[in-house]
Amino acid sequence: MMSLLALFISAIFVNNIILSRFLGCCPFLGVSSKLETAKGMGIAVIFVTVMASLMTWSAYEFILVPLGLEYLYTLSFILIIAALVQFVEIVLKKLQPGLYKSLGIFLPLITTNCAVLGVAVLNMNEKYSLLQSLVHALGASLGFLLAIILMAGIRERIETNQNIPKCMRGLPIALITAGLMSIAFMGFIGIIK
Amino acid sequence: MTGILYPALIMGGLGLIFGALLAFASEKFSVKVDPRQAEVRAILPGANCGACGFPGCDAFAEAVIEGTTEVSGCTAATSEVIEEIAAIIGVEANTEGPKVAFLKCKGSTDKTVENCKYEGVMDCRQAAIIPGKGPTACSYGCLGLGTCAEVCPFDAICIENGLAIIDVEKCVGCGICVEQCPRDVLMLVPESAKVQVACNSPLKGPDVKKACSVGCIGCTICVKACPVQAIEMVDSLAVIDSSKCINCGICALKCPVKCISDMRDKNLIAKTSKAPSA
Repeated sequence: MMSLLALFISAIFVNNIILSRFLGCCPFLGVSSKLETAKGMGIAVIFVTVMASLMTWSAYEFILVPLGLEYLYTLSFILIIAALVQFVEIVLKKLQPGLYKSLGIFLPLITTNCAVLGVAVLNMNEKYSLLQSLVHALGASLGFLLAIILMAGIRERIETNQNIPKCMRGLPIALITAGLMSIAFMGFIGIIK
Repeated sequence: MTGILYPALIMGGLGLIFGALLAFASEKFSVKVDPRQAEVRAILPGANCGACGFPGCDAFAEAVIEGTTEVSGCTAATSEVIEEIAAIIGVEANTEGPKVAFLKCKGSTDKTVENCKYEGVMDCRQAAIIPGKGPTACSYGCLGLGTCAEVCPFDAICIENGLAIIDVEKCVGCGICVEQCPRDVLMLVPESAKVQVACNSPLKGPDVKKACSVGCIGCTICVKACPVQAIEMVDSLAVIDSSKCINCGICALKCPVKCISDMRDKNLIAKTSKAPSA
């Protein structure tokens, strides 16, 4: 139980998927200019990552390992995630229009997000059990939500700041901010032994 | 041989299964989208400005099809577009006539008394928070830092001499600038209302004079000159009622400080000014 909690905390802070593992940087910079959209993106990532972890773990354990085809993992994981996201989008649109409206526009963006694939591959590399995989996926995606919301909050504030040199405004200052946030998150190293 | 065959079969099989699953899902869970919605969406301006109150043009198109909003709800669309939409969904369009943004201020930097050298954040919303009057000595006029120009999705506003200049050709009357202006010096007026008071200061004449040479001094000459009684005084500021105004331009001619804008055709203005104003 304690090891699961440690895994969860470490996935959020110590091994933050964006700021320590540097996965999913594309939405981190692309969708973080407004707090509201950043929140939507983060929640959509949580949803998809956990589901994708369940699917890829099952596919790896029950199909690839028994047949000795472990080397096909990248190909099959991408296929599974893309199909899953598409499927979820179709089903949500029909059954949960409300949820679809809040998550819908972000779902296609996540199809090829390397954070989702990264979590699936990490689960496999670390040889996590199903429960561990799900906890890790939830932690990692919560870490994603945390990082992107922090980033959006900062970007909303520095957007109107005129003290930033003109050549640094927009994406350059966002990249520097991301770097500083990453350094700040290094401070969490050591809280989990 | 099996080293190639098995992986190919597995991946092919997975692809096939997922393909079939998605095909099944898209059939089973298909949501009927009214084809008219796509048509409406296609002719909307597509700037996703949100002035209609919906999250974007798609949402507006959906609401129009569902009948939960007026066809004329899109303030950015020209009346022709609105009529087209109305034709698509088969209702009468209720066109009020297009509106445009209008700046109730003529106090450019050369016409106003300078209050301070503003060196803060170049954003009106930020500057308006700071105590004091801002760059000019009038605390009601245009700050001229360009927030409206920045938020305009149609690129219809530019800043010249500390004043927002609105390009009525580009302006569609979405009202975003009006909403964002911290001084409420912008307003939406019917495009047909060509004569407007370009001052926002309710102060008495002498106080206005101290700050600006083109501010309304509340002399009431325009009120007396108006042939249709369309002008009334609110505090010490003349306000034209656009529903009564007949665009004769006499008030603009009579105004001693020239703070009433006559935006009619240049030739038309020349004609009125020549004609005896009795």
